[in-house]
Amino acid sequence: MKKLPVLSLLLWVCAVYFVGIYLFVGGFLLVRLEVNRTSTCGDVLQPGEEPADFCRVRPRFRRAVLLIIDALKIDFAWFDPNNTSPRPYENKLPVLEETVTSRPSHSRLYPFRADPPTTTMQRIKGFTTGSLPTFVDVGNNFASSAILEDNLIHQFGQVGKRVVFMGDDTWENLFPKKFHRSLPFPSFNVKDLHTVDNGILQHLYSTMVGEDWDVLVAHFLGVDHCGHRFGPDHPAMADKLTQMDGVIRSVIDRLQNDTLLVVMGDHGMTDTGDHGGESQKETDAAIFLYSPSPLFPGPPTQSEPDVVPQTDLVPTLALLLGVPIPYSSVGQVLLPVFPPHGQTGGAVGGLSQLEALWINAKQVNRFLETYSGMAKDIPPESLSQLKSEFSRLSSDYLATVRDGRPPSPRLAASLQAYLTSVRATCRATWARFNPLKMAAGLAILAFACLTCFIVSELSLVLIRESGPGLKPPVAVAFIAGVCVAVVQIGKQGYVEASWCLAAAALSSELLFLWRARRYRAVPVEKNGSKALKSPSWLTPRRLLIPPLLVPLLRCASLLSDSYVIAEGRAVTFLVFSLALYIPIHLNWDGLLLPPSHDPLKAAGFLPSPALSPSTVRKESGTLLACLGVLVGSLYLSLSFHACREEQGSCQPSPFLSPLARLQDNQLKNLHYVLSVLSLGLWTYLLKRCLRHYGNLNASSGAVFTARWILPLTSVCLALHWAVGATPEDSFRNLSELIGLAQLALPRAAFCLLGLGLFLIWLDPLTVFIKPKATTPTRGQSQTPPRYRASTGISTQAELHHLIPQIYQRMRRSLDDGEQVVGSEVDSSPAVKAYGLGTVYSAPLLLFCGMLGIGLLLLHPEGMALSFLLLLLEMGALLHMHASSTTLRGLHGTFSADFNVPWTPVVLWSLAATQFFHATGHLPTFPSIQWGAAFVGFPDGHTGTVLPASLVTLNTFASHILFSVGCPLLLFWPLVREVRGSRGGRACGDEGEDAVMEMRLRENPQRFTAALLQLATRYLFILGAQVFSSVCAAAILRRHLMVWKVFAPKLMFEASGFLVSSVSLLIGVALVLRVDVAVGGWFKRLIPEASR
Amino acid sequence: MWDHEIRAMASAHAIIAASVFMATVLPAAAVQGFSVYGTHLLWLYSVSGAVTAVSVAVFWLLGITPPTKKHTVGYKLSRLFRSCLYFFLSCLFFHTVVVLYGAPLIESALETFSLSVLLTSLTTLRCLCVLGPNVQAWIRVFSRHGAMSVWDTGLQITVACTLVGAWIGAFPIPLDWDRPWQVWPVSCSLGATIGFLTGLVAAPAWIHSHRKQLTYKCK
Ligand SMILES: [Zn+2]
Ligand SMILES: [Zn+2]
Repeated sequence: MKKLPVLSLLLWVCAVYFVGIYLFVGGFLLVRLEVNRTSTCGDVLQPGEEPADFCRVRPRFRRAVLLIIDALKIDFAWFDPNNTSPRPYENKLPVLEETVTSRPSHSRLYPFRADPPTTTMQRIKGFTTGSLPTFVDVGNNFASSAILEDNLIHQFGQVGKRVVFMGDDTWENLFPKKFHRSLPFPSFNVKDLHTVDNGILQHLYSTMVGEDWDVLVAHFLGVDHCGHRFGPDHPAMADKLTQMDGVIRSVIDRLQNDTLLVVMGDHGMTDTGDHGGESQKETDAAIFLYSPSPLFPGPPTQSEPDVVPQTDLVPTLALLLGVPIPYSSVGQVLLPVFPPHGQTGGAVGGLSQLEALWINAKQVNRFLETYSGMAKDIPPESLSQLKSEFSRLSSDYLATVRDGRPPSPRLAASLQAYLTSVRATCRATWARFNPLKMAAGLAILAFACLTCFIVSELSLVLIRESGPGLKPPVAVAFIAGVCVAVVQIGKQGYVEASWCLAAAALSSELLFLWRARRYRAVPVEKNGSKALKSPSWLTPRRLLIPPLLVPLLRCASLLSDSYVIAEGRAVTFLVFSLALYIPIHLNWDGLLLPPSHDPLKAAGFLPSPALSPSTVRKESGTLLACLGVLVGSLYLSLSFHACREEQGSCQPSPFLSPLARLQDNQLKNLHYVLSVLSLGLWTYLLKRCLRHYGNLNASSGAVFTARWILPLTSVCLALHWAVGATPEDSFRNLSELIGLAQLALPRAAFCLLGLGLFLIWLDPLTVFIKPKATTPTRGQSQTPPRYRASTGISTQAELHHLIPQIYQRMRRSLDDGEQVVGSEVDSSPAVKAYGLGTVYSAPLLLFCGMLGIGLLLLHPEGMALSFLLLLLEMGALLHMHASSTTLRGLHGTFSADFNVPWTPVVLWSLAATQFFHATGHLPTFPSIQWGAAFVGFPDGHTGTVLPASLVTLNTFASHILFSVGCPLLLFWPLVREVRGSRGGRACGDEGEDAVMEMRLRENPQRFTAALLQLATRYLFILGAQVFSSVCAAAILRRHLMVWKVFAPKLMFEASGFLVSSVSLLIGVALVLRVDVAVGGWFKRLIPEASR
Repeated sequence: MWDHEIRAMASAHAIIAASVFMATVLPAAAVQGFSVYGTHLLWLYSVSGAVTAVSVAVFWLLGITPPTKKHTVGYKLSRLFRSCLYFFLSCLFFHTVVVLYGAPLIESALETFSLSVLLTSLTTLRCLCVLGPNVQAWIRVFSRHGAMSVWDTGLQITVACTLVGAWIGAFPIPLDWDRPWQVWPVSCSLGATIGFLTGLVAAPAWIHSHRKQLTYKCK
């Protein structure tokens, strides 16, 4: 058996997938580190270096009203008096224009440019922190959506300003308990245009006339929802904007002199009313500033900005209201609202333009230093440039202040330039999709899927080494990567690893595909049975069969947010459909019922006359019974689902909450008993299965694991649950013991698991040989076993003869019972080997079982039931696959290849996704079960690697189990091989006994090919799912739900693929390891037996 | 080869299809406020009833139903009884399958059962008409070489189309479009009916176009 080609091919395919995912995610997901430091009043940012308390200086404004009109595009705010036939969204806010013209030193209207992603939550984060929030703001608040970064609301609270909030309830999630008073209204229903707005209007005016506030935030959602529902070009939008016009008028009428009014949109919208992307229509909102007292030095001048970036609001508001600028703000103060130097007398307590700029620049420089100390994603050369620029400016400014001379206008301009370039640098790092990388990732993934499919079709050719080898593609990949690196060094001076990887992956894929094109005709000559299908392996007729149609539907479903939200049920639906297809298809081929049912039918119609009617009936019975088990566990698994927030009337499964949280004692006991029962059943079923096939007789590491470690771990687990469920106050005197048990039991379980898995890997053979005591004498009288004539024959040939002999003997003794029965007939064998027939599948099964218990440890107790269902479903799938293989007579002859058809592979991969949901997981970040990180570590961790891997293991438990167990699909039809079925046809003296998995050793090439095919088919289906969720994210990046549904789905799908492929590699490697061990075992056996 | 039978099938299918249309149109004239979505169950039962009555009549008139060996009244009655029993059992079977597919178990049991009545009258009833109350024959018919007459092939096609239609009908349910036809079980029963009508058209057409390749064992 060739191990290297299989592993290297699989590694190559996985690597190509990884590169594709890495490139796409790098271009799509914007990542930024959060700085968790806050500015305080005592910060030394004041002009002139003298420590002065920031917050005691009397600010320009005492109070502020922030009216946020969601999706208030700048086009909505302009007023064009010459436009005689305005569109529904034009000229509907005349109040802005009227105010600007009639009171030019009191008000301004600017376009207000948001940074992508232009979604409401990111924007609220943006204009309160002054930073550029990305999709993933890596910080310590990954689990909740609350903003922990320094922000305006926090600063207002610090100086004792009372913030009153009303409107979109996103704020309530972002700033929990930060408001003096808060009136949130549900924002989820996009079809509802009025609830939020009317709710605000009920309270807005009464609050404003009262004195119980300093900062009033009102977030209207109607315009945005109207856009999503009808688009901007709709009469409903006109009504909504007119309503907003009235609101602004009424607010202006109620303003007092010390109050600042800001009316703004958080983002714009496209012509279809969506947002999220980076087009100008989405980013350009409006901002309108107004105050009853003069705000600006005079009417608009030439030097006014054309566009105000959204980040600029934060420092401006902070300095106007007299609070420190939030720590991570990269904004720039809006200069027109500050008087020029030397004219500060008019505005009481205000800062001059230069002073404001200086505070701003110092704060930004401080942030930049902190950030570059934490993360390395800002290019170093631009960083050093910014630093030197700041030190130059700072010495300039200090000199100016010290000398007391009037500052040159150049200094202000260069301070502005400095701030602008900082923001530009940050934006380039954090807030821009990289379409080129996204496209490259998409292309690589698409080609990887195609490659995977072709490898699975050509597996036999590849293994025979007559096909396209792996060396040229890898060589080309290396050359291409190096070439790109060299070109990059020549052009830019530094290497961008992602592009080298992209070039390498793409070139190797293309070369492989190009070479595979030539090889597709090869199987025709090689193998008669393949002659019919090989020339046309990409025709629609072969691709549009139900087992491939189902994954196609699954992939298509990833493109719709509704289906992603309902994924758990949708996948169950598909699994059920495909499982029903198996018996229906068998019946269609006339294989489900024994032919004797219809005596009129000519025997010639039936392709498989080899099976006797009773066998057929038995196999069909098994098939249908397993279908029943499968359907039952599918149906029951639906009751373990958790709920997304989008699913309104959904009740999460009661088994998801840990036992400790249950109040009712009786219920708690019931849950505990159920969980322990399932755990016991899990262990019992595994041992039962191993014992049934005679795998528990030997004295190897794997057997030791199965006999002792597996039950011991289960006991540990059950005790751990019991300890965890004890109410803390009931056994006060035992609390120390309980604490110790909570620490020790899971750790003991982890150690046992590690030991068990290690032993399985070290010594995977579960074969027990019993040489007969009388062998030497009997050996003479008996017809000499053929392996005795070993002189002159290569070992390979010896083995070839040896296997059936040993196997036959073993099987016969198994027939007599599990244990050896004393009396043997004369012709009985010299050597008996127990468990040889399941030599491959037994360690794999045991490995899966141990892993399953380990993963169960990381879940809430109630999930034991779900894990039991998982095991049952796995078994049912395997048996159905085995029965249908038998009924189809696929392994009827020795020359048959061991190919696993698409249907079971698809079912297997869908079941992995199904149990992802049925173990209480969801593809959303809030649903990650963080508790898993504290199993065995109740006091937390010091590093991040261990908790992260524990949470990963918990999240992708079902992916791991199904991927590791994937090779079982190859073995199960052999394990469940019908004995005696082909007695008439068995050639020669190989007897009527089944040979089970030894058949694989007789045909190492086909074994390898089938293993490769199975693995690549599984990878193909997983990869296709990743590809389609990548497509969904790329195509729908403007969709309302992209950051809520598609991007998290992409993350989960991609990491699921990573974990699955690694687990699959582990499973395949374990099979290869067993194969090595079996080879060694035979080598040892030969001299022993021929003695 | 079987031009006569194909023509008979085409006309029988035309009559059944017409009955579906009549069952949709007539109650609208007779009953106040009748609509396919609004009073869905009424429509559903009207279609099931119409299809049941018309199919039984048509197949009985055409003489497709396998001849009974005995002509005693008792035997005929027991046959009738068995047919009714199978009809009911098949309703239960479809109900179970639909629930396993994910339909709510308790909340809308009536709707689910009505859907299974519709499915039964579109599929099982035809089996009863063509093959009689003989489950083994039903299973046998749905295999590649199981069809023994043009009618069997027609049965295969209509039943497959109906079930596939109902299956596809479940697809729009999770979508958030808030349309009246996404309410359970409207889309499924509509899918089944449309599939059934497609099958009625497709069966004679397919048989006609494949009449050269088709060979049947005599009964
Ligand atoms: Zn918004
Ligand atoms: Zn929106």
